[in-house]
Amino acid sequence: MARTLAEALIASRTEDHVEPGAICRVRVDFAFANDITGAPAIAEFARMGAETVFDPARCAIVPDHFTPNKDIASARQVQAAREFARKQGMLFWEVGRAGVEHAFLPEKGLILPGEVILGADSHTCTGGALGAFATGVGSTDLAAAWALGETWFRVPETIRVVAEGKTSPWVTGKDLVLSLIGRIGVEGARYAALQFEGQAIEALPMDDRFTVANMAVDAGAKVGLFIPDARTLGYANKRAARPFEPVFPDPGAKYAQTVRMYASRLEPVVALPHLPSNVKPAGECAHIDLDQVFIGSCTNGRLRDLELAAAVLKGRKVHERVRLVVIPATAEVFAEALKRGFIETFLEAGAAISTATCGPCLGGHYGILAPGERCLSTSNRNFVGRMGHTGSEVLLCGPLVAAASAVAGRVADPREFLGLDEVPKGGEEE
Amino acid sequence: MTDRFLGKAWVYGDNVDTDVIIPARYLSTSDPAELAPHCLEDLDPGFMERMAPGDILVAGSNFGCGSSREHAPLAIKGAGVSCVIAASFARIFFRNALNIGLPILECPEAVKGIRSGQRIEVNLAEGRILNLDTGEVFSATPFPPFLRELVARGGLVPTVKARLEEKRRNAR
Repeated sequence: MARTLAEALIASRTEDHVEPGAICRVRVDFAFANDITGAPAIAEFARMGAETVFDPARCAIVPDHFTPNKDIASARQVQAAREFARKQGMLFWEVGRAGVEHAFLPEKGLILPGEVILGADSHTCTGGALGAFATGVGSTDLAAAWALGETWFRVPETIRVVAEGKTSPWVTGKDLVLSLIGRIGVEGARYAALQFEGQAIEALPMDDRFTVANMAVDAGAKVGLFIPDARTLGYANKRAARPFEPVFPDPGAKYAQTVRMYASRLEPVVALPHLPSNVKPAGECAHIDLDQVFIGSCTNGRLRDLELAAAVLKGRKVHERVRLVVIPATAEVFAEALKRGFIETFLEAGAAISTATCGPCLGGHYGILAPGERCLSTSNRNFVGRMGHTGSEVLLCGPLVAAASAVAGRVADPREFLGLDEVPKGGEEE
Repeated sequence: MTDRFLGKAWVYGDNVDTDVIIPARYLSTSDPAELAPHCLEDLDPGFMERMAPGDILVAGSNFGCGSSREHAPLAIKGAGVSCVIAASFARIFFRNALNIGLPILECPEAVKGIRSGQRIEVNLAEGRILNLDTGEVFSATPFPPFLRELVARGGLVPTVKARLEEKRRNAR
């Protein structure tokens, strides 16, 4: 039977019969938690009577959510995670050398094409950009994977998203994925696999692919998969921490649904409160004033995002009423952004810059909102109270819209600031 | 675990996300007793003062969407909610609820036929939901056999425990 990419990936790691709806016992290549989800996973691991993780080189805890530790309770959670990781000999990185898990782990070559990845964080689906069956689970499922090196999956139906044509230079991966969620809704892909194809998808730089895969879960999907190509392999070969074998879909595979997008019609967009599906063209939201802009997170804290933001902010100032918080997602991204002058541009524009952390994205720290405040954010969720008080508002967007809006003090289309030739081209150096 | 519940319904809409079930500001602990006082705090302030142990949450589609935090079903269970009935569940919440032993039922018809404050009786084993105030009876979508077995064994923890013991015996 011809298989979709999701089916082919599961089939490569199971002895069970693979078809949509079937339950399979699946081997896991890599299993990780963060400082928040690690604590319950460690407790459940002990309750399972487990003593050692299945392979310490394939198990990790990334302290990124409330780090650098924001208070005593968070410090204790990280302390417990560190002690467990040391005892198990598994992977753990200290603040300053780590980063936001879904940006950091691919960068370290720990999420690779053809693999099955389990993470105790919903945005684990980011790894789908590399053609890995990467999906988020809760802490108990993660603990079971640490103990057994396997998990169970219900084989998902696959929804194929075909983006034909060419996007305009102002349209980023974030605009593409928000437009998709705007169209299919926050549960449009519930329990399903998304498989991205088409000319506009193939043209996306790796960092934009991570952004698109990242928000698959915000359409309800289990995974958001890119078919490995030269760009994927270029990225993975340079970084791989272990050998890997890419997996591809078969021609003639059956798809539950095909969603066609016309890339040339896409525009820079924002998602208004309080759902990621509440999508409007940025140009139609110029009446919306802002108090804060956040550029960072596992969705948009990578080098390409900072490059685009810096192109807008170069020689400009953040609006006097607005706080701009920029958080490079990993230490490597920070160092490279510094080398290329992006950090200097942000500082000169009047931004606050922090070491890598999830920080304000989930209302942790480094930019919490007061009642009545409104933040435009490159992160992934704009739920009630997500970044602070329940009386605050979050709007979502990509890095170009974020930077343009920080300057304007209100939602702005990047075309107000950048001409056609002024948007940096991406992807050449991957 | 008992499989019959009687409680008052608390009805909410679609897309109840895990951020409003238990906001991130309380995630410096995973102790259900510490999480419970903040259950649904950002969706329905005062819920915890008004609810009684055994009460039942009823919600629309995609319940538990968003963050994978297992703290969400832990907070609901810790709060004393006996069961969650929804038109549909987000997939990670679905797994988490089964794994930690929070009873859940998928039943769009029941969601349409229940109002806040009505008294509801649930027979979990039969997937039967009875609205005591209207007399209406609803049947929940049955779980696949694999999941029914998982639940019958007491969830994932005892299942893994048994697998590990078997592995150790075989290794000897």
